[in-house]
Amino acid sequence: MTDHRLQNSVRQRHSLHPEDIVTLVIDGQQLTADPNDTLLTIAQAHNIHIPTLCFLEGISAYGGCRVCLVEVEGYGKLVPACLTHPAEGIIVRTQSPRVIEYRKKIVELLLSERNHICSVCVTNGHCELQQLASTLGITHIRYPGLFPSLAIDASNTRFIHDPNRCVLCSRCVRVCAEIEGAHTWDIIHRGIKSRVSADLNQPWKEAVTCTGCGKCVQACPTGALSEQGKAVGEMLKKRYTESTT
Amino acid sequence: MQTNAEAVDTPLDSALSKTKDPQYRMVNRIMCLHNYQPDALIETLHAAQDSFGCITLETMRYISHMLHLPLSRVYAVATFYHYFTLKPPGKHRCVLCMGTACYIAGAESIEKAITEKHHISPGETTSDGEISLLTARCLGSCGLAPAAIFDDKVMGQLTPKNVLKQLQDWRDHVADT
Ligand code: SF4
Ligand code: SF4
Ligand code: FES
Ligand code: FES
Repeated sequence: MTDHRLQNSVRQRHSLHPEDIVTLVIDGQQLTADPNDTLLTIAQAHNIHIPTLCFLEGISAYGGCRVCLVEVEGYGKLVPACLTHPAEGIIVRTQSPRVIEYRKKIVELLLSERNHICSVCVTNGHCELQQLASTLGITHIRYPGLFPSLAIDASNTRFIHDPNRCVLCSRCVRVCAEIEGAHTWDIIHRGIKSRVSADLNQPWKEAVTCTGCGKCVQACPTGALSEQGKAVGEMLKKRYTESTT
Repeated sequence: MQTNAEAVDTPLDSALSKTKDPQYRMVNRIMCLHNYQPDALIETLHAAQDSFGCITLETMRYISHMLHLPLSRVYAVATFYHYFTLKPPGKHRCVLCMGTACYIAGAESIEKAITEKHHISPGETTSDGEISLLTARCLGSCGLAPAAIFDDKVMGQLTPKNVLKQLQDWRDHVADT
C-alpha cells in the first residue's frame, strides 16, 4: 500500500460522520470502513489480497474481468470487489473454495479466448495474466481454445498492438480517455467478436486522435500492447505503483 | 481493418458542407432536436441508417464532430448494435430464420449452402451488390420451418436447393426481365 493511500484513508476516516462508518468482516477480520470505498480498496488497505485484472488505480473501475469476485454471506451471487460498496455488517470471504473455483474458471476462459503462448510473448515473465494464472495454480485449461488468428498492427513507429494477447480489460481505453483525454481506443463489435480498435477501426498510425504518449502500452496488463523492438520477455511495463497481482 | 482510403478532409470543411446537405436533413434534424448532446448518438445513428441504408465512415466522422464524441466511441456503438450496418445493403435481402424451430428443421444447412455458393456469411453482401444475407431469431412463422424472408415475402419449407435457386434468380435478374 502506498503512503498516499494510507494518508487518504486516515483523512477520510477523520472527516467522516460516525453514522457514515460501516463495520464489516473480511476473511474473519473485523473492520470499519467508509461506505464510499469499495470492498477492494478496503481489503487492500488492510493487507488482504484480492486478485484483479481490469482494475487499475487512477482510472475508473470497470468490472469487466470478474477476477476480483468475492463471496458475501447472504448474497446469492458473487460480487466484484472493485465495484461493490460495503453495507453495514456484511461478512465477506475472498478465499472460499467457491470463490477460488470461479476465479480459476474465469482466468481459464480468458486464456482460452485468444492465443496466450507465453513462451513467445514479449511480456513473458512480466505479464499480469500469467502471474494471475500461476498464483491460482492453473496448470492446464479445461476449455477448448479458440485460437483466433487476428492481424497484428505494427503500423505505429513506436508501439505494437497484438490483439491475440488481449483480454479486453479496457484499461487502454480508459487510460487513454480519462488520463490522456484522447479516447483513441474503444471496444468494437460485441460478444466473442469484441476487439479493441483505434478511431474508426484504423491502423494505429492513422488514428488522428493518438498523441503517441504510450500510456495505453504501460497500462495494458498483457503483451497486447507493447513497445516496438522488444524480444520475448523484454517488455516491462512502467507503473507508478507496482501492481500487487 | 481497413486502411483509410478516403482522405481525412478537415473535419470543419466537411462538416460545414454536410450541415446544408439535403441528404443529411434527418440526421441534422435529430442532432438539432437533441441540442447536439453526446447522448443523442444512438438516435443520430438511427437517422443515418434510415437515410442511407448504412453508416459510412464519413457519416461517423461527421456525427463524431457534431456531437463532440470520440471517433472510436461512435464506431464502437455503431458496431455493437446489429441494427446498424456499415456496408451498403445489397439490392435483394434474404433473412434466414435461425430460431429454434427453423434451426431444428435445418436452417444451418441452408446457411452453409449459401455461404459455399455465394461466399457470403450472415451480415454480408455479395461482391456484385445483389444479395445481402441476414439472420433472424424466429419470424413468428414456425409452422413453415425452415423459413426465410426474401425481400418482403416470407417463404417456408425451404431446402438448400430452392433457396439457392431463388438467390441465383436474383443474381441472374430473372424477375427484372
Ligand atoms: S499512445 Fe496515448 S494517445 Fe495514443 S492511444 Fe495510447 S494512450 Fe491514447
Ligand atoms: S489491449 Fe491490453 S489494456 Fe487494452 S483491452 Fe486488451 S489487454 Fe486490456
Ligand atoms: S478487477 Fe474487478 S472486475 Fe476486473
Ligand atoms: S423459428 Fe423460424 S419462424 Fe420461428
